[in-house]
Amino acid sequence: MSAPAVQAPATAQAPAPATAAGPVTQARVVRAEWTKLRGLRSTWWCGLGAIVLIVGLGAAVAEGGAPYKVTAANTAAAAISDSLLGLLLAQLMLGVVGVLAFSGEYGTGMIRATLAVVPARLPVLWAKLIVLAGLVLPVTLLCAVADFFTATALESARGGSVISLAAPGVLRTVAGSALYLTVIVIIGLALGGLLRKTAAGLAVFAAVFFVVPIIAGALPHSIQGFAPYLPSNAGGALWGNPLATGNPLSPWAGFAVLCGYAVVLTTAAAWRLRRRDA
Amino acid sequence: MIELDGLTKRYGDKTAVDGLSFVVEPGVVTGFLGPNGAGKSTTMRLIAGLDRPTSGTVRVNGKHYPGAPAPMAELGILLDARSVHPGLSARNNLLALARTAGIGRRRVDEVIELAGLAEVAGTRAGGFSLGMGQRLGVAAALLGQPRTVVLDEPVNGLDPDGVRWIRLLLRSLADEGRTVFVSSHLMSEMAQTATHLVVLGRGRLITEASVEEFTSHATAAGVLVRTPETARLGQVLAAPGVTVINDGTDVVRVSGVTAEQIGAAAWRAHLPVYELTPAHASLEEAFMQVTKDSIEYHAGATR
Repeated sequence: MSAPAVQAPATAQAPAPATAAGPVTQARVVRAEWTKLRGLRSTWWCGLGAIVLIVGLGAAVAEGGAPYKVTAANTAAAAISDSLLGLLLAQLMLGVVGVLAFSGEYGTGMIRATLAVVPARLPVLWAKLIVLAGLVLPVTLLCAVADFFTATALESARGGSVISLAAPGVLRTVAGSALYLTVIVIIGLALGGLLRKTAAGLAVFAAVFFVVPIIAGALPHSIQGFAPYLPSNAGGALWGNPLATGNPLSPWAGFAVLCGYAVVLTTAAAWRLRRRDA
Repeated sequence: MIELDGLTKRYGDKTAVDGLSFVVEPGVVTGFLGPNGAGKSTTMRLIAGLDRPTSGTVRVNGKHYPGAPAPMAELGILLDARSVHPGLSARNNLLALARTAGIGRRRVDEVIELAGLAEVAGTRAGGFSLGMGQRLGVAAALLGQPRTVVLDEPVNGLDPDGVRWIRLLLRSLADEGRTVFVSSHLMSEMAQTATHLVVLGRGRLITEASVEEFTSHATAAGVLVRTPETARLGQVLAAPGVTVINDGTDVVRVSGVTAEQIGAAAWRAHLPVYELTPAHASLEEAFMQVTKDSIEYHAGATR
């Protein structure tokens, strides 16, 4: 410390090793992004909303209609897909979390502080991706498993067939729903990074996932050929989206198509982040 | 140290920064002056690598900043008060930045204390006043104990206590050998804080000068003296190079001598003086003149 010539407030003191700034590493940027995501209320509200929707709607569906009997036409996997109907709304909440994770920084101006300390920029995108996927995958997997046990217990209690995780396609449906939602949050993130405006990101997300599939369904069959390749329909093949049955894509082919969208959008977002002024 | 060399930034066909070349030295506070829209903020964004220059280069501590291995140790920057996330607490805003460089909570708490934010550290930054947001931004700039500190209009929205805090802070940072580059559109504020000035107008460098040079140029505008004996004061002060202008009231504007010299001369001649005011406002006037008409000042500018 220098001599206290003026009665100054404590200032940035001579560098102390324990508090000095070190190199930026991907792991450190991941921790930084986790600090942001964890500190935001919207994360917890949307996460809670997704849990309630998936498990709650699953229980409600299991209580509705006639007890579910597994037959050749009514597969065990389809019963689980029906109980996962809450995904349709949960994907909206997670899409919002994804879009906001990037557009929120542009909207508030925090992006300037973020990119000033990580001037290489791309580590910020990868960190956001890792943190979101790392949070959403386990949470939605737990939700799907909870939904499975709740729905099957309710069904068997009211006289429906007993469905086990080992039944054909059931495990894929349960795990697939979590994989689907994880890719959805990444698509939301990429849209937020690409478009930078929350309103634009949410509008595009909602249009692609909620409006375009409906319009596609209303088109004449001759020009409907692209419908299975829409992200919601392609991804729906994996978890058996009840609104998109009869998808010609196999479950994993559909999921690959969905991942393709995520890769293309993330690449575009990376390119924009790297090349354009912040 | 910050070195700009022919730095130019165009947005579309609008040139925000036009061929800027100057060096900001460590160990002193360098003021960056210019009217609103002169390109000060754009220059600072270019320094931090947030915008890419259309042409020219900028180096921070001798390096291309975006390639620095430990960016937070090189440069701390306050861009504007609203570069924080309103949904995050002050502490989490700082912690999120600190994490990228492996800086721990202890240092975060240190800068919170330093910025006088201890009581609101857990509060969401969205509810902060402009002044508190400014303090948070300054805290963020100091987190990494950077060798170079760049602050864009740090006294904006601060109360007198905060303004004094910034002044002392800037000086102590410079005394520690850091490079301190601070923008303002207020000449009077810079005159009290900076030792060196870089003046910008319409994206171009108008002049570089020490504050003394600038001030001496400015105070040539004179001293205002209120006395009932205006005529006798004129006689007492009469000397080559001294002008006394009386507009018919009891106030005269004297130039060519200092306020101290006028006071002493009046005392020796037993003249009552009710008011003796160095024309501080003319600092602003000089600044306005300089930014309006760069050619006139260039004669007195030193590089």
